Amino acid sequence: MEGAVIQRKIDWSLVITWLLLIVLGWMNIYASVHFATSPDLVTRPGKQLVWIATAMVLAAIILFMFKPRLWEVVSLPGYILVVILLVAVIFLGSDIKGSRSWLTFGPISFQPAELSKITTSLALASLLGKNGFKLDNFKSWFLTILTIAVPAAAILLEKETGSMLVYSGFFFVLYREGMSGWVLGFIFLSILLFIFTLIGPVWVPFAILTVAMAVFFLTKYRHSRRSYRRKHKIKQIANATVLAFLTGAVIIFMSDFAFNRILKDHQRGRIEVLLGLKEDPSGVGYNVNQSMIAIGSGGFSGKGYLQGTQTTYGFVPEQSTDFIFCTVGEEWGFLGCLVVIALYAFLIVRIVLDAESCREKFNRTYGYCVAACFFMHLIINVGMTVGLMPVIGIPLPFMSYGGSSLWGFTVMLFIFIALHRHENY
Amino acid sequence: MSRFPKIERYKKLLVGLGIFVLILLGKLFYIQIIDDKYKISASNNSMYYETVNVPRGIIYDRNGKILVENRISYEILCTPRETREFDTLELANVLEIDPEYIRGKMQDYKLHRTRIGYQSVTFLRQVEVDNYMKFAELEYRFPGFKAVVRTTREYPFNAGGNLLGYVSEVDADYIAKHPGYKPGDYAGKTGLEAARESDLRGIKGYKIYVRDSKGRILNSFRDGEFDKDAVPGKNITTTIDADLQQYGQALMQGKVGSLVAIEPSTGEILTMVSSPGIDVEMLHDIGKYYPQISANKHRPMFNRTVMASYPPGSVFKLVNGLIGLQEGVLEPWYTYPCYYGYNYSSSKKLGCHGHRSPINFEEAVMMSCNAYFCYVLRNILENRKYPDFEKAFNRWREYVMSFGFGQKLGSDFPGELNGNVPSSNFYNKMYGKNRWRFPTIVSLSIGQGEIGATPLQIANLAAIVANRGYYYIPHIVKASEGVEIDSKYYEKNYTMVDTTLFPYAISGMWRAVNDLGAGGTANSAYVKGLDICGKTGTAQNPHGKDNSVFLCFAPKDNPRIAVAAYVENAGWGGTWACPIASLLVEKYLNGEIGEFRKDLENRILTTSFIQ
Repeated sequence: MEGAVIQRKIDWSLVITWLLLIVLGWMNIYASVHFATSPDLVTRPGKQLVWIATAMVLAAIILFMFKPRLWEVVSLPGYILVVILLVAVIFLGSDIKGSRSWLTFGPISFQPAELSKITTSLALASLLGKNGFKLDNFKSWFLTILTIAVPAAAILLEKETGSMLVYSGFFFVLYREGMSGWVLGFIFLSILLFIFTLIGPVWVPFAILTVAMAVFFLTKYRHSRRSYRRKHKIKQIANATVLAFLTGAVIIFMSDFAFNRILKDHQRGRIEVLLGLKEDPSGVGYNVNQSMIAIGSGGFSGKGYLQGTQTTYGFVPEQSTDFIFCTVGEEWGFLGCLVVIALYAFLIVRIVLDAESCREKFNRTYGYCVAACFFMHLIINVGMTVGLMPVIGIPLPFMSYGGSSLWGFTVMLFIFIALHRHENY
Repeated sequence: MSRFPKIERYKKLLVGLGIFVLILLGKLFYIQIIDDKYKISASNNSMYYETVNVPRGIIYDRNGKILVENRISYEILCTPRETREFDTLELANVLEIDPEYIRGKMQDYKLHRTRIGYQSVTFLRQVEVDNYMKFAELEYRFPGFKAVVRTTREYPFNAGGNLLGYVSEVDADYIAKHPGYKPGDYAGKTGLEAARESDLRGIKGYKIYVRDSKGRILNSFRDGEFDKDAVPGKNITTTIDADLQQYGQALMQGKVGSLVAIEPSTGEILTMVSSPGIDVEMLHDIGKYYPQISANKHRPMFNRTVMASYPPGSVFKLVNGLIGLQEGVLEPWYTYPCYYGYNYSSSKKLGCHGHRSPINFEEAVMMSCNAYFCYVLRNILENRKYPDFEKAFNRWREYVMSFGFGQKLGSDFPGELNGNVPSSNFYNKMYGKNRWRFPTIVSLSIGQGEIGATPLQIANLAAIVANRGYYYIPHIVKASEGVEIDSKYYEKNYTMVDTTLFPYAISGMWRAVNDLGAGGTANSAYVKGLDICGKTGTAQNPHGKDNSVFLCFAPKDNPRIAVAAYVENAGWGGTWACPIASLLVEKYLNGEIGEFRKDLENRILTTSFIQ
């Protein structure tokens, strides 16, 4: 009796999309290593099958064995536990490729950072979901920023810059929950200013900043006409504009400093290559160059499954993990890329719509957090393989090789599916 | 509050998502569909094309003797990406080169490493066998270097560097003009090698291998499905007679000028000598000799046979005479007086040498009388048949051009010049319309003045007269198996002069050579039994001594060879060009030089005008 009800309420379209992405992912992992000889690579398709099977078990457990209410209950203790792990790993973690983010327990090693995305999302949902919580006072802001910043800072100290960037996706969630759109706008403006300070003459970022500030002021000014303490309001707007302008100016002046002093050599190199300040196809730019060659050579319909020469013969590094999208691009061409990206877009849109249909703010906020994470991963990962983003080593959800990320994303998604189902129950 | 209905935030977020997704898809569309750069990079990356070099075609003479063949030589290739640290001095020692050369090359590769990528580039050419053997033994110590066998040209006959032309590595300019060549390819640059490049070259093949990111060869790509078979270059048979060519070279040794022989019945070029020329020894490594060649003031690279335009001198009287006969303003029995020349104005005289007077057409040809042909050209140009002088002149020009002057003959030999037959426009510009008359251009009567012809055109005139009025376009390649020549080389080209009129000129030419003691200008060409017909010329030359010119053919009936000799700054036509051309004819027709002409031969072979 109860079983029938459950089956009806699960959003199966999300489950099917998830399954499709996992299957496509496995096929491409196989394609990227089928010609390899090193034992580490040949065993990957087999290992991934094990990860997939266990991920399915995890998904089933989340859907059928736990009461969804559990997640709200464990959100705070879970969050604190993971933060402790994150900090611990800075000191105890094993050093893998320059980052200390892996915890090893005997044969099993995992990244607390993957878990952290889930617990931070839950904690953020729980905080924003409290009755009467509104982002209009200092305390609310402080708690919100703290919730996001603490794990983000810990991850940064683990030298996992890529995962840290994903946390900036939570600003989309905050926007949905009432943060001013101008904040989002200012974040984009800052990125723009940073880029133009590095590539252009100095008047360009200032021109952009001035125009942006003018737009900001005039829009606000127009809206203030109906305000009832108009003079005071205009003064406020003017102050905000001047403050924002000064901040922008500081960003412009700090850009060079940050770029040359704070960033590590390899990070600086990646950004230089991305912005075209430097050409270095055999050094820092090698990954991206090879990746673009692989994808570009796929053409419209690709070279055919297992027929890709670039990906098969190991020209693209990190082929089965971070650069899995290259195999899609080379062997399945533009059509394949379109399908894969469409699947992700569908997944994200569907989660957002499901979240919107939730009555409980906790569920909705969590849904947005999940969508934001997937979005950030998609944009950064695919953007990196096609040379739109600097090389940031983060996986493509469900498709990249690796148990830790597959489990993490699966748990994240299925908690939402479970919450959504409970809601409609 | 607002005039517009408020858009819900989740919708704005979804629009944002859409924008980002479109940016990703746009970039994918660009690199996958619009930009081809990545597809090319991909095959450079993972495919290794092993070139299968093919030998260049062999060049034979008309009798099957090999003029140019191939010789094995060795080259060292370098794949910069595969090189490791190595002992520069040791490599320099093995290859017997300057260590600085190696350092320079390596620096160069480093500079262009992106462009070179995984490709192999030529590191050193023309490696001697001994050095190659030494290198082969020690090759393992120089990863990234390998030796390959190449073929270079070898010349068993000294058939003339200008005729055969040289083969050298293509440069950027050449590649730009000739698609299908890559750096490191060789191509014929001058002479026959250039004329028949497309046949001689053959088609390179390649085998495709797949390699991994470390540059290791893994296997043949799809079992060789896409490999390309190599097609060796086609062999070329030339119309050249190797022995005659060699003899012609010997005759022209020490002289500046040209010697061209044509088989009149086919238009096939038997001999083509430009002197001084490039020795065949220099051809296989032209780069090495280049400074020496370009320092020579006589410009050995310059192929005078087709690239020099000279005043033809008295041999051109034949053309004027024939035109006169055709136009009816001259009959063979017309006689004209000559008192050491022709007075073309009250005070000006075009001089002539001493001979009896008056004379008829045949005698005028025989004795090369200047005055006689001044009368002839005057009659042609002042013909009442034509409404004005200019019309008559233009008609004359048409006639002249029908003899192959003033235009490229269309030979298959590269670099042919037009020569020059002045037009009425030219004189109009120079003197003004109607301000020039026969006296102005009197020197055209005797092939001087503004007229210019290449030695090939002069030889062609000899062939025309030999054929009694037509010519085949002179050419240097014979059709042979797999090699076709243009059908135009099989077509007769008639002049505008009737074939029945040529015998009058020919009898004068016969007497010039064979009527000993009658005052003929070409007695020194007389060979018993060969019936050589010839016409001398002494072309005035503003740069020094007169040029010595002679054209002839033999035998008189059913001629087998027509020759033009042009010797710069040598003096009288009868003294130098005439013996040279006649010796060539004798050699060709008799196979050897007769006993009592040995002294003459010896004089020619040993005289040098070049200090």
